[in-house]
Amino acid sequence: MTALAQDRRRYLTDHPGFLAGLFMSPAVLYILALVGFPFVLAIVYSFTDISTGNPQLDFVGWETFRRVIADPVFRQSLWNTFRFAVIANVLVVVFATALAEVLTRDFKGKWLVRFLILLPWVAPVSLATVTWLWTLDSIFSPVDWVLRQVGLITENMYWLGLPDLARTSVVAVQAWRVIPLAAVIVMAGLTAIPTEINDAVAVDGAGTWRRIFQVTIPLLAPIIAVAVLFGVILTISDMSVVYVLTRGGPTNSTQVLSTWAFIKGIEGGALGQGAAVALFLLPVLVGITAVVLRLARRREVM
Amino acid sequence: MAVVEVRDLTKHFGDVVAVDGVDLKSEEGEFLVLLGPSGCGKTTLLRMIAGLEQPTLGEIFLGGENVIGLPPRARRVAMVFQSYALYPHMTVAGNIAFPLKSQGIAPEERSKKVAWAASLFGIDHLLSRRPRQLSGGERQRVALARALVREPTVFLLDEPLSNLDAKLRAAARDDLMEFQRGIGTTAIYVTHDQVEAMGMGDRIAVMNRGKIRQLGTPEEVYHHPADTFVATFLGSPPMNMLETSDFLFGFRPEQLLPDSLDHENGDRAPFTFHVNRVEYLGSERYLYGHIREHDETKVIAMLPATVSLPVEADRDHKFSVARAQIRFFDRDSGLKIPPRELP
Repeated sequence: MTALAQDRRRYLTDHPGFLAGLFMSPAVLYILALVGFPFVLAIVYSFTDISTGNPQLDFVGWETFRRVIADPVFRQSLWNTFRFAVIANVLVVVFATALAEVLTRDFKGKWLVRFLILLPWVAPVSLATVTWLWTLDSIFSPVDWVLRQVGLITENMYWLGLPDLARTSVVAVQAWRVIPLAAVIVMAGLTAIPTEINDAVAVDGAGTWRRIFQVTIPLLAPIIAVAVLFGVILTISDMSVVYVLTRGGPTNSTQVLSTWAFIKGIEGGALGQGAAVALFLLPVLVGITAVVLRLARRREVM
Repeated sequence: MAVVEVRDLTKHFGDVVAVDGVDLKSEEGEFLVLLGPSGCGKTTLLRMIAGLEQPTLGEIFLGGENVIGLPPRARRVAMVFQSYALYPHMTVAGNIAFPLKSQGIAPEERSKKVAWAASLFGIDHLLSRRPRQLSGGERQRVALARALVREPTVFLLDEPLSNLDAKLRAAARDDLMEFQRGIGTTAIYVTHDQVEAMGMGDRIAVMNRGKIRQLGTPEEVYHHPADTFVATFLGSPPMNMLETSDFLFGFRPEQLLPDSLDHENGDRAPFTFHVNRVEYLGSERYLYGHIREHDETKVIAMLPATVSLPVEADRDHKFSVARAQIRFFDRDSGLKIPPRELP
């Protein structure tokens, strides 16, 4: 009897609420300190005219936002952010799906190819981008050298010096950076398709294209949506690629919101305006996330 | 001309020999069952006929034409998979129409054929549903309709009943047989379930370790097993096997009966059967024990409920087996040999 009564005693650690709180607290603290605090600070700053020269919190209402929006560079940045993300992620979906299809096949040296494809993802963004900076250099670019040898061009391209070429370069590097992650996600989705489905497709007489477009891609749609979600967030919130390659130039033609916020707020010292530009990203990202998650869920319940 | 014929078919997976020189010929309109334990190569054999695996060696003829190297779509075979492999993102109609689309059949013709296949299986009312909204039995019908709609020369079925629960399985088996008899298309059916095999097969190919050990009607493989593997794989409980100094002999549990019963056939071999345990199962009794002089081997006797004679455990009893029902096997090869004199 007494032994039984003893066992019935409840310990604090038996309490699920206590344990949940205990285990979650480091993550919560981390998020509060490094995400929550700066986020609140940014909101506060965006309603003031604070700058590095005048670190006073003088509230000016929506004035900062009005000034930011009136700036044509801001509008250029907003438009760039949007189109870079869309074009880069269209490329990401196409190449990642194709790569995943190849990577699930059995062939010699598969592990080496997998490793090489994952490299861009493993390399730190800034380092990888510096490599691209050299690769696209106006004088020493190996890309130009190859093109010259092949006879496609006679003189060097200014990959980062002309607006259209610079935008193309930025989009290409962004896509290059996100493709490995997307390929791995799509690959996971591919391996989750039962072998018997692919066998059935073969016996039912469908060729490769019919299989890919009528069976594989529809079945992968929710997974591709997740890859797109990651890709869009990564490209929109990233500033290192544009900053390292072009600093937003030439003449702001590759400026995006993240670099513009940095240039305005940190380099230009207009903290309030920088914060306002940065906050513009928030509704955009929240909106995209909501749409993509909704799409993914709808595909799941079919 | 045989609908399906394979000659010396062999498949290696690395060092593993999955199918080892199989020769098999199906007859027009027959229901041929490939039966064997898991890993015996029966599914691999089926997949090679379908074109989903390429054989290491050997030849496959479908309707007299050598199809080695041809992709599945060029073989006019239809396959029903264990999981049914329905396309989850398509409706039932879309699933059934898919093979027709692949063949490039015009939309009007296609919907006509879909309607025909659906009505044959009584799934007309499900055409706009998705596979996940269907029961197991309905999914099987959709899978069969999808297989049928192309009017294949042969149906290949890979354990299509194993995903159903026991109650549905009997009904689905009945449906399947009725449908196959109705359209008269040759079917090759893979299973590890001997009840399915015995009940459905016109002929059964019993496989083990990549080889066909025996090909015959259910009666032949049950009553005249070609070797000790077939003898002990078929039947539940399996054939009792006893050893003498120069051969093996066996008899089915239902053949071992009390000697005191009134037997029609007088020529019986008597055994002293020591019963250890009696299991009462309602429609029959299982007696577990051993035969004197063969103490090391367990023997099971199965008495039907019509034999009401009391049998006590832990005693010796006079039992006997009709001599015509005793089967003899070679000690080393395990192969069937002509009847011998029991010691």
